[in-house]
Amino acid sequence: MTARSICSLSRALKAVWSDRLALSAAARVHGAASCNQRHKSTYTSIPPPARYGGRHTVTLIPGDGIGPELANHVRELFRFCCVPVDFEVANVDSSLASEDDINNAIMAIRRNGVALKGNIETNHNLPPSYKSRNNLLRTTLDLYANVMHCQSLPGVRTRHKNIDILIIRENTEGEYSSLEHENVPGVVECLKIITRPKSLRIADYAFRTARERGRRRVTAVHKANIMKLADGLFLECCKEVASGYPEIAFDSMIVDNTTMQLVSRPQQFDVMVMPNLYGNVVSNVCAGLVGGPGLVPGANYGEDYALFETGTRNTGKSIANRNIANPTAMLLASCLLLDHLKLHAYASMIRRAIISTVTEARLHTADLGGQGSTSEVVQSIMKAIQSTGPMTLSI
Amino acid sequence: IGCETACLVLQLQTVTLIPGDGIGPEISSAVMKIFEAAKAPIQWEERNVTAIKGPGGRWMIPPDAKESMDKSKIGLKGPLKTPIAAGHPSMNLLLRKTFDLYANVRPCVSIEGYKTPYTDVNLVTIRENTEGEYSGIEHVIVDGVVQSIKLITENASRRIAEYAFEYARNNQRASVTAVHKANIMRMSDGLFLRKCREVAENFKDIKFTEMYLDTVCLNMVQDPTQFDVLVMPNLYGDILSDLCAGLIGGLGVTPSGNIGANGVAIFESVHGTAPDIAGLDLANPTALLLSAVMMLRHMGLHGYGKKIETACFDTIRDKKVLTKDLGGNSKCSEFTAEICRRVQDLD
Repeated sequence: MTARSICSLSRALKAVWSDRLALSAAARVHGAASCNQRHKSTYTSIPPPARYGGRHTVTLIPGDGIGPELANHVRELFRFCCVPVDFEVANVDSSLASEDDINNAIMAIRRNGVALKGNIETNHNLPPSYKSRNNLLRTTLDLYANVMHCQSLPGVRTRHKNIDILIIRENTEGEYSSLEHENVPGVVECLKIITRPKSLRIADYAFRTARERGRRRVTAVHKANIMKLADGLFLECCKEVASGYPEIAFDSMIVDNTTMQLVSRPQQFDVMVMPNLYGNVVSNVCAGLVGGPGLVPGANYGEDYALFETGTRNTGKSIANRNIANPTAMLLASCLLLDHLKLHAYASMIRRAIISTVTEARLHTADLGGQGSTSEVVQSIMKAIQSTGPMTLSI
Repeated sequence: IGCETACLVLQLQTVTLIPGDGIGPEISSAVMKIFEAAKAPIQWEERNVTAIKGPGGRWMIPPDAKESMDKSKIGLKGPLKTPIAAGHPSMNLLLRKTFDLYANVRPCVSIEGYKTPYTDVNLVTIRENTEGEYSGIEHVIVDGVVQSIKLITENASRRIAEYAFEYARNNQRASVTAVHKANIMRMSDGLFLRKCREVAENFKDIKFTEMYLDTVCLNMVQDPTQFDVLVMPNLYGDILSDLCAGLIGGLGVTPSGNIGANGVAIFESVHGTAPDIAGLDLANPTALLLSAVMMLRHMGLHGYGKKIETACFDTIRDKKVLTKDLGGNSKCSEFTAEICRRVQDLD
């Protein structure tokens, strides 16, 4: 390392440290509740994981399809920006029926507390007892809240403008309980489980997040006119929690009406909270409305762990290894990861560079209607970061 | 077309008409007027379907309504209101159970002249209507833990898949896509998917694809032109059919048909009863009219169906006489008269 880069590195560290001190001072003065700047991850009560030698270790699960190449880009970008994060790679092979791979990955996440992952394909040729690996991760680690922030980005052409919806989806129960049985040949039952504690938990999470981020309204999405007991219980829990947050308006909407409203007037929604399956539908509709699966990151939070991935959880098998995937979603997910680790300066720097690259139509990848390649986009992001200051390695 | 009208010119077919509540009666009479102007060979038999308690304490539809439907096999229904705490299940549910209406078909075609952010939508959603997540089997296991059962059976899945492929073949549609979530609900949606695959083997002229529900939603809002016929279980069908209705302009302009066993078919408008504008001549009969056109096509009267549909779309495209929800300020009767005039002009 040259003297110049050591100086710049120490300057960078000083900047980061002073940032942290300023933040904690601000927190002490104003109180955490009023800290409503959107990119601060004060909405989890998890303490930052331990730093050994000043560096964090994060579990990385590349997954299938476009996962591995995007994971490499994340590593490349972090190395370039000198981000103090080391990745512990845990590969999960989706073609094997054994549970060893996924158990190792879970153990690694328990050890590190934080993870970044690509989507793991579910092999339909294996028997039904083989559960989806992605689902297994979420339920075993009790990552109960899936948070997806869908915002219209400048420079991305969409049919609807000015969308800003925060989707909070219950991640562990509901229709994804994976409890199925064949009573007699040809008759299959699948159980959808809704419990009071989990519904209260996700509703409380939604309202707390809304409060911390200065949001005005929470909408519960349900189908309680048909599933009177199950969604009825969910709705009841939301109403109960809503009474404890009088400054936030609460209303509810039936899921089919919700999708209809989303495609005609999505600007009416603020924060939405819902059980698992409706969350799947609504988050995919919203991601499509703001520009597609390549743009929106997703975060899964639990009491003790956090897992970051692309919002719509696609494997992208058809575009794998062709250098045409859009890295924006994965890179924004890595920024959420950095925010979670309280490395806010790095997160803001990378996020700013990503947004400035996305606004440039020349670099749009195929999913946004352009002809750019993944590597071009990443190179452009690195150039944008380099132009902001001397915190980086040379390209 | 000429041969068809020659064969059926004196053959009046009976259709059971259920006007419904709220704006139901006025839009039903609008449809009857338009059919008269088109000289369609339809004879309407009006019936009421208020639930009554039959022997044994079970709720049922009035016997004369059932008799009429069993004879005519074809029904056209306006919106029905479901009174809360009336003690009986919703009327739509009752009708569905009485006639075993297992397939809900909603063709969603963009209407020229009624602008939405989505153009060139032309797809059909076929939804299994009897089981799935709406079986109504729920119980409280212990206090605070509720279980809702989603039921998938081989017979129902096979039946809906067969209907979907037959519909595709009869309506010259190129492909059928099964929508599912078999990565999570391995057994239930897995069974549904297996049945669809089996039926697809017998319909080699139609392209069969399968897609996850979330991928369909994602792609639907970005590019709806890539979809043709979609077949799916109950809940996904409910959500997707309303999503597609939203793409073309909402429930006020979307037709819908329910196909049952034994050749019974009931076509309906899926919007609400709109009690606030009932009786004020402000209602928009387009949804019921397009459902009636669907009915004509189902009965084989394609010529009349095309004529009425063209008149309706021309009126909307012209934008001179439109009801309030379509952006104009004409009355329902004026809108109806305009369509009648165009229908007669087309003759």
